[in-house]
Amino acid sequence: MAREARTEVQKPEKTSVPTIPEQTRPGPVYSPSVDIFENDNSITVLADMPGVKAADLEIDLRESVLTLTGRVTSPEASKEWNVLREYHSGAFFRQFTLSETIDQGKIDAQLTDGVLRLELPKVERARPRQITVRAA
Amino acid sequence: MLVRRVWPSRPTFDSSFSDFDQIRREMLRLLDTASGDTEADGGAGVFPPLNISQDDNSFYIRAEVPGIKPAEISISALRNRVSISGRREIPREHERVSYHRKERPEGSFDRTVTLPAEVDAERVEARYADGILTLALPKAEQAKPRQITVKT
Repeated sequence: MAREARTEVQKPEKTSVPTIPEQTRPGPVYSPSVDIFENDNSITVLADMPGVKAADLEIDLRESVLTLTGRVTSPEASKEWNVLREYHSGAFFRQFTLSETIDQGKIDAQLTDGVLRLELPKVERARPRQITVRAA
Repeated sequence: MLVRRVWPSRPTFDSSFSDFDQIRREMLRLLDTASGDTEADGGAGVFPPLNISQDDNSFYIRAEVPGIKPAEISISALRNRVSISGRREIPREHERVSYHRKERPEGSFDRTVTLPAEVDAERVEARYADGILTLALPKAEQAKPRQITVKT
């Protein structure tokens, strides 16, 4: 059976992390896996946050620190008992320091199928400019 | 450029609390193990991580599969075996971009689990919401618990 070589999805490590500030609610806190990339105009952050609803997601950007916080409510009904548990449901938390200046008014966030897509447009003066060298 | 914040070391009184917390969690975990609950961390090391639970009538399988379109997941059930397979694709960004971080996994997955009892494959229901796949698998009639009355 000819089949093209395929890569298996690596199971993400879900280890609980300490948060600053500490959480007032009990329960584990996990660090979401992220992809971050930028082009000349904006920085894009993609974060895997399964189980987080749009209403339970907080995105905060102040003094160039970006904070992502997502709360997850456990979906199990109380009359169920466990057979196998390979992951725990808990909050997601991650912080980044942005060295570029972000246009706070134009930040766009979308949460689709448990993946957050955050577009952070750079302010005009932070964009790179082509500088032409004039011959003297 | 983005720089990941490095956690500053915590003051001593704080860390002693977290030590205590650690011990408390460890104790709870031991108690869980003793009462028959399966250990959570680790698992089979295969994507997707699954949580399986049951009540009298059904099994429930929940999987964390963020960013996968429901149409790209295929599920099959036969007797007491359930297979979940699919593909997680991360679309390429069209514009010229430079990556700072690439942690989100992609690829295909194919996972089979054996449940402790047979299920009624005809009535299995699957739902997908917020990156979590939930399967409700009704137990086969002969696998349901029965109340037995003692005759006198």
